[in-house]
Amino acid sequence: MSFLELEHVAKQFGSQTVVDDFSLAVRKGEFISFLGPSGCGKTTTLQMIAGFLEPSRGAIRLEGHDLTAVHPARRGLGVVFQSYALFPHMTVAENVAFGLEMRRVPRSQRAERVAAALAMVGLAGYEARYPRRMSGGQQQRVALARALVIQPSVLLLDEPLSNLDAKLREEMQIELRQIQRTLGTTTILVTHDQNEAMSLSDRIVVMSQGRIEQIGTPQETYERPASAFVSQFLGKTNDFAATVDRTANPARLVAGSWQAPAPVAVAGPVTISLRPERISFADVGLAARIVSRIFQGNHWLFQCETECGPALVVRQNDGKPQPAEGEAVRLAWRLEDMSVRSSGGAA
Amino acid sequence: MSTVGTTAPQAVVASSEPSAAGTPWLLSAPALMLFVGVLVIPLAMTVMLSFHDWGQYKGIEPVFILKNWREIASDPYYAEMFWRTFRIALLATAITAVLGAPEAYILNRMSGRWKGFFMLLILGPLLISVVARTLGWALLFGGNNGLVNKLLISLGLINAPLPFMFTETGIVVALAHVMMPFMVLSVWVALQRVDPQIENAAMSLGAGAFTIIRRIILPQIMPGVLSGAIIVFSLSASAFATPAIIGGRRLKVAATLAYDEFLNTLNWPLGAAVAVLLLVALALIVVGSNALIERRYAEVFR
Amino acid sequence: MRTNGPLALAFHTIFVVVMLAPIVVVCLVAFTPEGFLSLPTHGFSLRWFREIANYPEFVHAFWISLGLGMLSSFVALLFAVPVALAIARYQFRGREALMALFLSPLMIPHVVLGIAFLRFFTSIGMGGSFAALLVAHVIVVFPFALRLTLAATTGMDRSIEMAAVSLGAGGWTLFRRVTLPLILPGVISGWALAFIQSFDDLTMTVFLAAPGTETLPVRMFLYIQDNIDPLVTSVSASVIAITMTALILLDRFYGLDRVLAGKSDPGR
Ligand SMILES: Nc1ncnc2c1ncn2[C@@H]1O[C@H](COP(=O)(O)OP(=O)(O)OP(=O)(O)O)[C@@H](O)[C@H]1O
Ligand SMILES: [Mg+2]
Repeated sequence: MSFLELEHVAKQFGSQTVVDDFSLAVRKGEFISFLGPSGCGKTTTLQMIAGFLEPSRGAIRLEGHDLTAVHPARRGLGVVFQSYALFPHMTVAENVAFGLEMRRVPRSQRAERVAAALAMVGLAGYEARYPRRMSGGQQQRVALARALVIQPSVLLLDEPLSNLDAKLREEMQIELRQIQRTLGTTTILVTHDQNEAMSLSDRIVVMSQGRIEQIGTPQETYERPASAFVSQFLGKTNDFAATVDRTANPARLVAGSWQAPAPVAVAGPVTISLRPERISFADVGLAARIVSRIFQGNHWLFQCETECGPALVVRQNDGKPQPAEGEAVRLAWRLEDMSVRSSGGAA
Repeated sequence: MSTVGTTAPQAVVASSEPSAAGTPWLLSAPALMLFVGVLVIPLAMTVMLSFHDWGQYKGIEPVFILKNWREIASDPYYAEMFWRTFRIALLATAITAVLGAPEAYILNRMSGRWKGFFMLLILGPLLISVVARTLGWALLFGGNNGLVNKLLISLGLINAPLPFMFTETGIVVALAHVMMPFMVLSVWVALQRVDPQIENAAMSLGAGAFTIIRRIILPQIMPGVLSGAIIVFSLSASAFATPAIIGGRRLKVAATLAYDEFLNTLNWPLGAAVAVLLLVALALIVVGSNALIERRYAEVFR
Repeated sequence: MRTNGPLALAFHTIFVVVMLAPIVVVCLVAFTPEGFLSLPTHGFSLRWFREIANYPEFVHAFWISLGLGMLSSFVALLFAVPVALAIARYQFRGREALMALFLSPLMIPHVVLGIAFLRFFTSIGMGGSFAALLVAHVIVVFPFALRLTLAATTGMDRSIEMAAVSLGAGGWTLFRRVTLPLILPGVISGWALAFIQSFDDLTMTVFLAAPGTETLPVRMFLYIQDNIDPLVTSVSASVIAITMTALILLDRFYGLDRVLAGKSDPGR
């Protein structure tokens, strides 16, 4: 049995359905990310788990017990907010101790656990500070310590890193992952940053307009996106319109001057999706012309105009000479690197 | 007092203007002359006036004596009157704080449209003359069988009618009503600075509704309540219309007494002394409590 | 954010009812047919509204209040805008003191101001004149005019002015064509707030006004000192009606929130 379960959960505000038919089973100790564009219902889903919002339909269960019947103050979940929501009139130590105080942990133990939690997030010695006098990254750590010190059964993080600058965000990502691994706390992270979701999570839930598009490991969602939305959202994708030539035997998949044996399942007009880094320059294949070429240190970025529309190609910088702007090239790729969908819908 | 601090942007465009050192003074000169001529000088004249002599038949005599001040210091009538003035102000302030702060909190939790509607209802009375609002209370109090008494008796809260007209109770109630919008507004402003997720944060840590209000919300809006209290207190202590209408001719507070001395008794020097004393007392109280509040909350709120 | 519980809503209902009760009562009593003030009233009549016509002092006082309010807030702005520019744009010694002086009418009890102005204007032979009233009101509403203009001036994007300067504008042209239009919303809000302060002032004005220059609040106050009849309630009700009409018109054609917050139009 899974640890945390959401079954056909839906949320409506008035007539607007913000989350619909959301089903997910989280294993104990797992790190899950909710990934999706702004307004797709990530926060709403998280707040339903936390108990700040009531689901309109569906069930949420923790270890088999109905969670919706439990008052949010008794759910014992740790929550970190995008705005941190630290108590500005309390010191760091008082902030972190608050949850313990509510649980009537004796004073002596409290101090010990607060110190341990602060040490864990690297803030030992900051006990007497007020939150307003700390940097964004430090406040973030206090919020994390405050949520973790109560030893929550699930840790809920709502875009905890979005207010930090790029470098600090990366550091915090590593730290967050380490802390989560050490404590083994089941964690759900809301983010609209695909890199963050990829680098942190065991599994990613990709959402769009209140619905789940795909649930899978980072590799699965990246390599085998279940829909055009997922492939577009998780990094750059090239889409080529192609046809299946049934007159040939065996049937052939044709995109411009590129062709290959057709997969059995497809027919009619199809779309080929390809990651830019999976395309290579070859002697035969899709005819293209290099429109622009950008050097980015460890790799090159090529914008090409092909027979089937524009395409983006990324090549590792291996020190070898690369095609120049304006040069005519041929593009090729391995069959297992592409995904083929019949045009107009998911495969 | 000066809310716009030293953080204002530095002058950048100065090329087409005279030397930067003189420009701000040049711009402020007209207003400065107006204020010195028609505010500072009259105030100084009033202070002087409080030291002048006055007699029923000789009128004002421009001499420097302490007669008025001595009279205020020695006659218990004045001590009692000032004590009454500040007691009324303090009670009115307490009522606005105890009722206005929760109301602001409730308003803040309403959805957008209702919030705006009720804000307008509560702040709207500020646009209506104090005379009209106080008159409304006089009508509601209206003798022993006034509406307020009838309501209180039918609710079983009191047995015999309470006197409201010409009493301190009546003045306090009407003043609290007149000043309420200032308190609601002040607490409201403080609430806008509270993170809307903070209650959820406290709840997720196990805090109940009462704990959240006492431990999380109240400490954060306290500066708003206190600054509202300072405004309400100083306006109440110097209020004129409400004590004059509800208090009648005998129940005097500082403002109505000064008015009487000026326009009925015509003893201007004594009236001036009462007014100056009110000004000084209020200034001390306001500056003192401001300093206390700032010291208390400096650490937490910038 | 959580919603209010039943207890909170009950409190809120009582609160709003009590806040409105005195005003509603005044408006109700205005329609009494009786010759005395009583509650509850029996019957309905416009008698006391017609009666207003027999007391031209009230109508006169209304016009005095209106004129005084408009004029004093306008004059206050003429003085306040340059001060706002000076304080927002320049760091200079005495800046804080200047601010304190200009905001001081907020801190001084209006009785004290009334007494000081009465003493001053009688001693220079201007006692009871409209001019004296005007000057006094300018001082009293000045802080309100200054605060909102100052907020608009400090909140203004200075790079717009720099752009205008780079295009060759300067001095008066710069102010009239660029600066003023940008701070205008704040200036208008300042004017509105100043007007309200002037229109409602009783405590200071009651010392200064003489027959002929009495403002509406003063006239009403003096009337109920001597008379106990429903005439004041019908006058109050009329003023409330006029105020509400003005607010609705203002909201319709300009936007109430813009006046209150000194906001510029959303397009900017
Ligand atoms: N209280 C509410 N009343 C009405 N609609 C709401 C409410 N809260 C959220 N919504 C709507 O629900 C949708 C989803 O909101 P939600 O906050 O869950 O999005 P999100 O995925 O967290 O977006 P973001 O990345 O911007 O935080 C939005 O369209 C939002 O406008
Ligand atoms: Mg969100």
